[in-house]
Amino acid sequence: MNLYHSKIHRSLLVKDARTQQRNNAELRFRAYGLTAVSVGIVALVILLVSIFTSGMTAFQQTKLQVTLELPEAKLDKKGQRDLVAMKKVTTIGYFKVLGDGLIAQLERLGIETGLKAKEVREILSKESAATLRNAVLADPSLIGSTVTMEFLANGRIDGYFKGRVDRASAQLDKNVEPGQLDIADALAERRLMYTRFNFNFILAPDASDQRPEAAGLGVAILGSIYMMLVVLFVALPVGVAASIYLEEFAPKNRLTDVIEVNISNLAAVPSIVYGILGLAIFINMAQFNQSSPLVGGLVLTLMTLPRIIIPARAALKSVPPSIRDAALGVGASRMQTVLHHVLPLAAPGILTGVIIGLGQALGETAPLLLIGMVAFVREYPAAFTSDSGLFGEASTALPVQVFNWTQRADPSFVERASGAIIVLLVFLLIMNALAIFLRRRYERRW
Amino acid sequence: MVSISFPFSMILLIAVIGYFAARRKAIAMVKGNLRQLQALPQAYGQTVFFTTFLPATVILLGWAFVVRIMGPSYALISDGLFQVLVIITAAVGAALSYLRVKPSQRARAISERWIMGVLMAASALAILTTIGIVISMLSESAIFFRQHSWSDFFFGTVWAPNFRGGSQLSILPLLWGTLYISFISLIIAVPVGLYAAIYLSEYASPSLRSVAKPAIEVLAGIPTIVYGLFALITVGPMLRDFFVQPLGLGSSSSSVMTAGLVMGVMLIPFVSSLSDDIINAVPQAMRDGSLGLGATKSETIRQVVVPAALPGIVGAVLLAASRAIGETMIVVLGAGAAARFDLNPFEAMTTVTVKIVSQLTGDTDFASPETLVAFALGLSLFVITLGLNIVALVIVRKYREQYE
Repeated sequence: MNLYHSKIHRSLLVKDARTQQRNNAELRFRAYGLTAVSVGIVALVILLVSIFTSGMTAFQQTKLQVTLELPEAKLDKKGQRDLVAMKKVTTIGYFKVLGDGLIAQLERLGIETGLKAKEVREILSKESAATLRNAVLADPSLIGSTVTMEFLANGRIDGYFKGRVDRASAQLDKNVEPGQLDIADALAERRLMYTRFNFNFILAPDASDQRPEAAGLGVAILGSIYMMLVVLFVALPVGVAASIYLEEFAPKNRLTDVIEVNISNLAAVPSIVYGILGLAIFINMAQFNQSSPLVGGLVLTLMTLPRIIIPARAALKSVPPSIRDAALGVGASRMQTVLHHVLPLAAPGILTGVIIGLGQALGETAPLLLIGMVAFVREYPAAFTSDSGLFGEASTALPVQVFNWTQRADPSFVERASGAIIVLLVFLLIMNALAIFLRRRYERRW
Repeated sequence: MVSISFPFSMILLIAVIGYFAARRKAIAMVKGNLRQLQALPQAYGQTVFFTTFLPATVILLGWAFVVRIMGPSYALISDGLFQVLVIITAAVGAALSYLRVKPSQRARAISERWIMGVLMAASALAILTTIGIVISMLSESAIFFRQHSWSDFFFGTVWAPNFRGGSQLSILPLLWGTLYISFISLIIAVPVGLYAAIYLSEYASPSLRSVAKPAIEVLAGIPTIVYGLFALITVGPMLRDFFVQPLGLGSSSSSVMTAGLVMGVMLIPFVSSLSDDIINAVPQAMRDGSLGLGATKSETIRQVVVPAALPGIVGAVLLAASRAIGETMIVVLGAGAAARFDLNPFEAMTTVTVKIVSQLTGDTDFASPETLVAFALGLSLFVITLGLNIVALVIVRKYREQYE
């Protein structure tokens, strides 16, 4: 009996062992594929959840209200309200006045502390003295009166309200006493200490290592906007011009071939190499200012150019030849054909590519580290000054600020770094949504 | 310093005046009968505009850049004199081209030739960038190799910069960390990315595809600093607390594994979108042939589609490897700073890019080999990634032609 006859008794509906095995292999293969897709999606979800849970609290800030007297004897000894003389009182002096005001307020409210005066004072952020000083210097008539103002609480107290610090960890922490947390609770009960939306996180400049509660993204956002302007105004025209030439006019020869291979290679060169280029050429050779948005913008422009040219060429290519033939047929020159007919039709596709390229430039960090944008900058950079020229003043950028905060010792900066990432992602989301909108609304399918 | 804004605005002003004057002249010369003109009146204006604006601006910017680079002492003439000269250049250009305006002039062809010049200059910028990269790194690396022996750099085994002199600066321990981390990231990204691409292009229903494909592509749009922070605050501590310390494998939260895992996630969309293109390029007839012979779908994919797509997939993997080798922020925040040869993936190690960043940030002295070594490292990185990219591009291009 041969093999053929042995199987003939079986029903067609019963699968033999080999078919079963092959079907199982098929199922396994599908399962691998599905697993791979889910791994990707789960990774995305974990990434976003971890950033958002640790960063959302940066948008809230604990503040406390203090009603205090501003004694003339300490803040303006001569009593002449002369700004020059008043500026001699530093924030240290103001911090003492403010701390005394807080202690007096606690006594008025009948809150027992059992702490040293210094420890009570440290419930306030070190930044609050500067807040008070600026308010007094702006309006000297406040001296001698009793004012009620809102001040930032210390980073650890802020952490207590956000669940980062508790009494057990406070016991171990040199920077905060459990007694301070008791005071914070008592003040919160009387609605003098509260957590509010933190506009300063978006608007204020960076703050030093000891005062994470005051650190903000103002300078970084401004610097990023300046750099994006440079990229937009240099990379957009140059990129579009280059892609028009390469796609519409370039003869097929050695040189254009070299340029094409070059552009695809430049798109794949590690971004840090552009940082080295910027450092060597723009800063060491051409002596542009370190940390300036101009240099940052130029480096990002060089990096973004190939990433704009490649999609722009694809957009030009997708315009059907019949459009060109029609224009040439009615007597337009080749240049007129391209500028009057092909380019407008390709514009939505080109713009989409430009926006995506800008998004990549916005999130790029490594090259900016090398050209000195990690510097600690507290002054808002001006767009133009006669000394340092256009976009020449020192600045930081959003992604670099994130890196900067990860290098600080105080753990409160982790929250700030994650919060800054959320701001960055929101900007990217807006840009990509705009790109998708442009594509959906204007792009034509031929 | 050369001031740019004043002469530039003067050039622009002269050019705009020239535009309107030439247009008027062209119309006046034919007494308003435009059909006697060779080109439209604005073409005459454009010709004068470009002849005025472009040469003067190129001189201005070129000179400003040369003076920037060579230093003010090399400027042969004073800034004020130079400004006057540039403005005179513009005025002469305007006057000469204005005098040439006449009805028989082929104004459109001339202005289009100027535009073409601008377009060509823009595409030449790509070459200039490459030249700039190579020159900037070569010149500084040359200074480095004059101060430090090249045999130590390429064949030494110790990375120990010492700012008091006598540093040992070898690329090998850094390269080891780089390759180890890249290897781990590719072990994750290649199978996951490839299987995801196969599943999405061959199996997934249109509704799943429309959700999953953009979701994976979102991963590609996330800046690397976000992945770096993810490695620093989430992946590193989790690996340490739940895996490494209980098993006694180490105690560091930044490690080869941390950086490799996160980089693997970053590369998934990169591998999957490249493989997706390549798999879709395999002709449907090959699938149909295999299915017609009775092969199951997975057999078709494994025995027909993937082998046919293999060169392209290899190219994609090489491109991913080049991305992994050049990646900076994830390793800066996730891999650590210790340069060593070690097989334990839970130890902190460092990479070429980390050391470029650490040698070039902060207070740097551009005369010491400890700083200049960063340029030699950058050059090596550039050469390695360039090699990988060229090989990958050649393979991918050849492969595409095969089925076209």
